[in-house]
Amino acid sequence: MLRYIFRRLAWSIPTLLLVTFLVYLALRIGTNPVESYKRVNPRASRAKIQQYIDVNGLDPNFVQGYFKWLKNFITGDWAPSIKGRREVWPALKDAMANTLRLGTAATVVGIFFGLIFGVLAALRPGGRRDVFINTSAFVGISIPPFISAILLQLLFAVYWQRWFGFSLFPTSGVYPAGHTGFDLFLMLKFMALPTIIVAIQVIATYSRYMRSSLLDVLNSDYMRTARSKGISERRILIKHGMRNALIPVVTIAALDVGSIVGGLIITENIFSYPGMGLYFLKSFGEGDFPLLMPWMVVIVASILLFNLIADISYAWLDPRIRLE
Amino acid sequence: MPGLTQGSALSEQNEKDLSPRQMALRRFVSHKAAVVSCIIIGVLALFVILAPFTARYGVNQSVQAPPNSFLSPRSNAWLGTDDIGRDLYSRLIYGVRVSLLIGLASAVISVTLGALVGAVAGFRGGKFDDILMRVTDLFLAFPFLVTLLVVRNVLGGLPWLKPLTGEMNSVRFIIVLFSIFGWMGVARIVRGQVLSLKEREFVEAARAVGASRRYIIARHLLPNSVGPIMVALTFSVVGAIIGESTLAFFGYGPQAGDGATSLGILVGAAKGAVQTGFWWLAVFPCFVLIIIALSINFIGDALRDATDPRLDRGA
Amino acid sequence: MSEKVLEIRDLRVTFDTPSGPLEAVRGVDLDVSAGELLGVVGESGSGKSVSFLATMGLLPARARVTGSVLLAGEQLIGASNKYMRSVRGRLLSMIFQDPLSALNPVHRIGNQIAEMLQSHQDLSKRDAEKRAIELLDIVGIPQPSERATQFPHEFSGGMRQRVVIAIAIANNPKVLIADEPTTALDVTVQAQILEVIERVQERFGTAVVLITHDLGVIARVADRVNVMYAGRNVEQGTIDSLFDHPSHPYTRGLLASLPGPGKQRLKPITGFPPNMLNPPKGCAFHTRCEYAAEICKLDLPELQTFGDLQTACVRVKELPKAEIRV
Repeated sequence: MLRYIFRRLAWSIPTLLLVTFLVYLALRIGTNPVESYKRVNPRASRAKIQQYIDVNGLDPNFVQGYFKWLKNFITGDWAPSIKGRREVWPALKDAMANTLRLGTAATVVGIFFGLIFGVLAALRPGGRRDVFINTSAFVGISIPPFISAILLQLLFAVYWQRWFGFSLFPTSGVYPAGHTGFDLFLMLKFMALPTIIVAIQVIATYSRYMRSSLLDVLNSDYMRTARSKGISERRILIKHGMRNALIPVVTIAALDVGSIVGGLIITENIFSYPGMGLYFLKSFGEGDFPLLMPWMVVIVASILLFNLIADISYAWLDPRIRLE
Repeated sequence: MPGLTQGSALSEQNEKDLSPRQMALRRFVSHKAAVVSCIIIGVLALFVILAPFTARYGVNQSVQAPPNSFLSPRSNAWLGTDDIGRDLYSRLIYGVRVSLLIGLASAVISVTLGALVGAVAGFRGGKFDDILMRVTDLFLAFPFLVTLLVVRNVLGGLPWLKPLTGEMNSVRFIIVLFSIFGWMGVARIVRGQVLSLKEREFVEAARAVGASRRYIIARHLLPNSVGPIMVALTFSVVGAIIGESTLAFFGYGPQAGDGATSLGILVGAAKGAVQTGFWWLAVFPCFVLIIIALSINFIGDALRDATDPRLDRGA
Repeated sequence: MSEKVLEIRDLRVTFDTPSGPLEAVRGVDLDVSAGELLGVVGESGSGKSVSFLATMGLLPARARVTGSVLLAGEQLIGASNKYMRSVRGRLLSMIFQDPLSALNPVHRIGNQIAEMLQSHQDLSKRDAEKRAIELLDIVGIPQPSERATQFPHEFSGGMRQRVVIAIAIANNPKVLIADEPTTALDVTVQAQILEVIERVQERFGTAVVLITHDLGVIARVADRVNVMYAGRNVEQGTIDSLFDHPSHPYTRGLLASLPGPGKQRLKPITGFPPNMLNPPKGCAFHTRCEYAAEICKLDLPELQTFGDLQTACVRVKELPKAEIRV
């Protein structure tokens, strides 16, 4: 097992290099970093521009340029953002922390309720409860997150105050303007709406996964064997049913990180929540190559990491799978 | 969808006498939500096609001149007016027209492309298949919006693609963009279907009598994949419509020129309306988008149930 | 005859289907004596499995079960779920057809046997695991202590069926119901599994109900046979009398379709089993019976004793003597 993990980690390095090269190419073509720099800094001297090109690896030759960028990236010689004074790492670090907080909250809440709803639906397939849960989940998946975000924002930012005379949930940022220091209650209040938006999607997705997975298991022969042993229904459901039904769900969960990040990007933007999503959209809009590349590396690395976690958890949960 | 498909559990006995197509139709019709969805989409399409008659004002015609241009819903503007006093109801009709066009056009292109590539990849296997799957894996693992924006800019940044794509903010560009996006999902589905069909006896039989590859793909594999392809088609339409709205919402959508509009542009305008409290500008476009997305999804879901009897999810 | 452990009287099972009620079992009477091996034969859809799933209380909730099933004098039909749970695995246990899917893939073999022991006996985990290893030894699994720590996918089909038997006999039940235990297995393995079942029966004095569509299997191991057709039993008797001079036309047909030495040609039963949504009036077999007369279309025949067999056929006395040799 350990050997497998090491080999996979070793293999992820060339993958990471290849994908970052593709990303580098796409950003070079798509955002035209040198032009963006000139646009933001119209009075930059020729020497300044050359320095920007050098440190970011923006040579006319893409391959040479990529390796130059790579060398600087690995040695920690990161270029500042094109606006000049902003260091990339602190900004990225803050964004990561904020997104991790929001993403974890939404995923935990979402998977928890998603699994519960899925189980409730699967226990009486075709019943009224099942139809209600499954139809709601279908509607939840069909509504794009920015639509629900806008509608919730309209409700809470404007009309709640107008109707009830106080504001229940703030709709922008992590703290009120001018706030300093850490305040858990305030933070949770600010996180509530964006968490709900992302969690709705997660709940909808996972209740469907869980339902179909558990239905498969409940109809299997070994469940009948378990019932013929005369053990309690609860034990049958947990030890025999859930234990098997969770295998595919856990695997999908680990592979699903991309779509959760996707939901986060949209939600963060609407609620002006300073995480990875807002960071990306801002720097992409400005063509800020020095900010974008490290962001991409983080995303690619986490996708690879979660892929590995998916495989390991699969093998760990299912004795039929051996990692070679 | 259990319950919604309860009626579909028609007795085996009755189904024995029907052709597979009749059986599929029967199962589809028993999916009540899908039938309602079909009616909704039909009515919507009719409204949109007959836009010159159904719309009350021109797409860029003001009902109310500034400064008091934001009218709430009233008799001369059923759904209210926007920042320069244009009738939201009429603009929604024109907007849905553009969005449905984008959805349909890119879905048809991506499904055609995807079905061909998927069929060839699944049938031939080997390097081509490997590379194809790696590329689609990569694309699908990334967050959707990130890939969409980056690919959009790359498309716009390649001067030699100009003749195909047109200007970056044109409707044509959006269609090309979603075609490029959509085919991968379709290719995966068709590939999977072909891989399983390939081992079936009738394909082996065709191969045994010396049928050519092209013949087998065209005559056996693609026709037997019609179900999944139709399902993919419906989901591609939704994908493109929502994608267009998402792009427009974040300011990367089509600028259809001369005040022309799309559902995405209208939804995007809602962002500004939220803080100022012009609720109709947010609620109505969002509502229309939700209805369209939900209806087409229901249709796709029913198609999947109808064409894939093995997936008996009705309990 | 020794005491009866299982007495089934007028057992009926109806399923509600979208096309109307389907009566899968239509009044079955059947006795199992202590220590005997009763064979139950019939085509698929004859209600043989459903009868015993009803006995176990394992049918889905949409099945309506009426009649009487007495297990050692206790009524099982209409008994509480709690009581049925205490019966299942302790007094009654069941072996299923497909050993490949009957075991939970994610739990160790020893654990799955121990679970059965611990749910009905007050045993420590360690004692239960020790007993599980003994049981594996009894059903003929070599190196039982190592095998107990393995997972089902590490076992072959025949070995898995032995494990299923070990689970079923763990609490020394009064009746062991084996539902097509050999159907999914190779012929050579089939014989081994039957041997295991016989050995268990002799060693523990368990009554065994062997459900099968394979008369060959019945002929090898059963003491008595019960033939089922369209949800009813049509004939029962000892193995020797039934194979020697079958009375019911359906039983004759079954035996005639069996290969054997000296037989020139096999004679299949013509026609198809009836549609149970709409079974034929009168004797359900009359549509396929070469001796059918008008009277057969009128009334459902009941089991009646003729010589050493009990047969449900109104014309049984008028039929020519069977000329069947097996």
